[in-house]
Amino acid sequence: MKNTKLELSVGIFVMLGIAALAYLTIQVGTGSMLNGDTYLIESRFANAGGLHTGSTVLLAGVTVGRVEGIRMEPSDYSAIVTLRVLSTLRLPTDSMASIKTTGLIGDKFISLSPGADDTYMAAGSRITMTESAVDIESLIGKMAFGSVDKDKAQQETK
Amino acid sequence: MFYWFGRQTLQVIFGIGDYSLFTVKAFCALAKSKRLVRRIVSAVHEQGTVCLPVILIVGLFTGLVLGLQGYHVLSRFGSQGLLGTLVSLSLVREMGPVLAALMLIGQAGSALAAELGIQRNTEQIVALETMGVNSHGYLVVPRLVASLLVFPLQTAVFVVVGFWGGSLSGSLLLGVDSGVYWSAVQRAVEAQDMRECFIKAAVFGVLSISTCAYQGYHSDRNASVMGARAVSASTTRAVVFSSILVLVADYIISSFFV
Amino acid sequence: MGTSSQKFAIQVEGLHKAFNGKPVLTGVDLGVPSGSIFTVVGPSGAGKSVFLKCLANIIPPDAGRILFDGSELAFGDRVSQLEFRRRCSFLFQSNALFDSLTTLENVALPLEQTTSLPNKEIRKRSLEALKQLEIDEYAGHYPAQLSGGMQKRLALARAIVTQPELVLFDEPTAGLDPLRRNAVFAMIAKYQRQFGFTALIVTHDVPEALVASDRVALLNQGRICFEGTPAEFSASTHSVVSDFRDSAAALQRELAVIRTADA
Repeated sequence: MKNTKLELSVGIFVMLGIAALAYLTIQVGTGSMLNGDTYLIESRFANAGGLHTGSTVLLAGVTVGRVEGIRMEPSDYSAIVTLRVLSTLRLPTDSMASIKTTGLIGDKFISLSPGADDTYMAAGSRITMTESAVDIESLIGKMAFGSVDKDKAQQETK
Repeated sequence: MFYWFGRQTLQVIFGIGDYSLFTVKAFCALAKSKRLVRRIVSAVHEQGTVCLPVILIVGLFTGLVLGLQGYHVLSRFGSQGLLGTLVSLSLVREMGPVLAALMLIGQAGSALAAELGIQRNTEQIVALETMGVNSHGYLVVPRLVASLLVFPLQTAVFVVVGFWGGSLSGSLLLGVDSGVYWSAVQRAVEAQDMRECFIKAAVFGVLSISTCAYQGYHSDRNASVMGARAVSASTTRAVVFSSILVLVADYIISSFFV
Repeated sequence: MGTSSQKFAIQVEGLHKAFNGKPVLTGVDLGVPSGSIFTVVGPSGAGKSVFLKCLANIIPPDAGRILFDGSELAFGDRVSQLEFRRRCSFLFQSNALFDSLTTLENVALPLEQTTSLPNKEIRKRSLEALKQLEIDEYAGHYPAQLSGGMQKRLALARAIVTQPELVLFDEPTAGLDPLRRNAVFAMIAKYQRQFGFTALIVTHDVPEALVASDRVALLNQGRICFEGTPAEFSASTHSVVSDFRDSAAALQRELAVIRTADA
């Protein structure tokens, strides 16, 4: 009958739509979400330019967390970046965080390099060993107008 | 001159108020409507199955074009690897909901406005009322409920097909590694973007379908045109107004999410 | 009401309606006895259709009261309006059939949307209504595939399927040939007796209306200027009534004048 045909076509459409929806939310949408328990740590950077909420945190090239928030520390004009990392990851206290770029002008992300300490960082503690973003514009400027001083371009905070 | 301006302004305000009242009335009629499920199923057919081919075609070509244009822009900076990011984010955040909504307005919305316009014209709507049938409940509610369901689904289909279109032109024709493309797609789109996408789609659905229904339902309001002309005028208004509304709403919603 | 010996299905008192300041109805008073066929005749533009639409509350009246089954209709009140619409059907001049639904679906629609009957019962009743009007073999057809007379019958089937107490007919014979006109009036009379509803007909086909109805009223220039039985109508010496009733004779006289002028 005409009615069942209508129902069939509607059914097919809805199934197709839901399949697309499920694909998007599960496969693509959560591809960047963190599964499992997480905890927060902070890190201080002299310059957090280009980093934003949601930027990835990588360790050995594997996503282990995201940037939760960025704020300015008024006492010494540095940027405090809050990171949300997986609980399964236990970071030695002397680990280092550096801001890096994918490609030449790509997205900024935070790369963690684990240290060698026996003690591990607790939730809410702060990474002090950090490496700020490379200021590509000034780098290019120096390339064009003078010698590139690699040590100066990559300022290190204490 | 000032009188004219004042009158126009008042007319616009009256129109907005009347339209809002119409939509609210329709949703209020939801509770009183009988045998709603069957009407909703046929409304899903109208907006869903019937419009699916258009969504597939437009989605595919949008993806293809995004892949093509994006590749040429990105290759200037040597970052073709970001093609997936570009295609997926523009599809999910903007192109998907907006283009799918515009296509649905063009096909389902205009049909709805014309259908209601003719039903108004041939006294079918008045006939419903004299039978004690709530014409909002019978004619408008199923369409609105269906739009809440169909627009997000169509948008999802549109976006997925668009991804494929992007990969087709980007990796098959222009040589971006398909693994790079798809991983960029997966990395770029976040839960936040998906939320934005589907909130937009649902809002566009209700806005455009209610606008089209309003225009068709009140096709006799405009005293200067009558009969078949009134139906065509109200269909035109339905398509134009709902397209504008979708784009305005798109800007507003985007501004909340960025 | 209590004092009146006759029970009125619908009663109108001092009905006024104007469009853009132009008065159409200027104080209509009328009582339609229960279970009768009541015809309102009148020249085109006398406000017959407006009067009927006011009764059905398609157009709200400016002033006046409408009593349905002895109680006043408050059209602002949705509950009483729905109650009225459940018990009253309206037959449009244009039939107003749902052209994208089949014949059967057209008849079933009022039942589906206003009652909680099971689907089977609705189907049974709708088919019954179609059968009674002898169009059941066209149940799967669309209204546009039916002839004018069948469309009229379909509209009547849709009107009576809800078993109304009052049916309002707006020009049921407009644009039909004399044979069809007779058929429509015969149909109304037949089903009125069968179902016992009160029929209020608005028409300008005087001779047929006189034969078919129990009472006749003449609406002219926004008021009722005559009301009585068909016999009284035929015997009336009221000038508007006689003009309207004896239009053929008047035409004859007019033509005679023209012919003599030609000669």
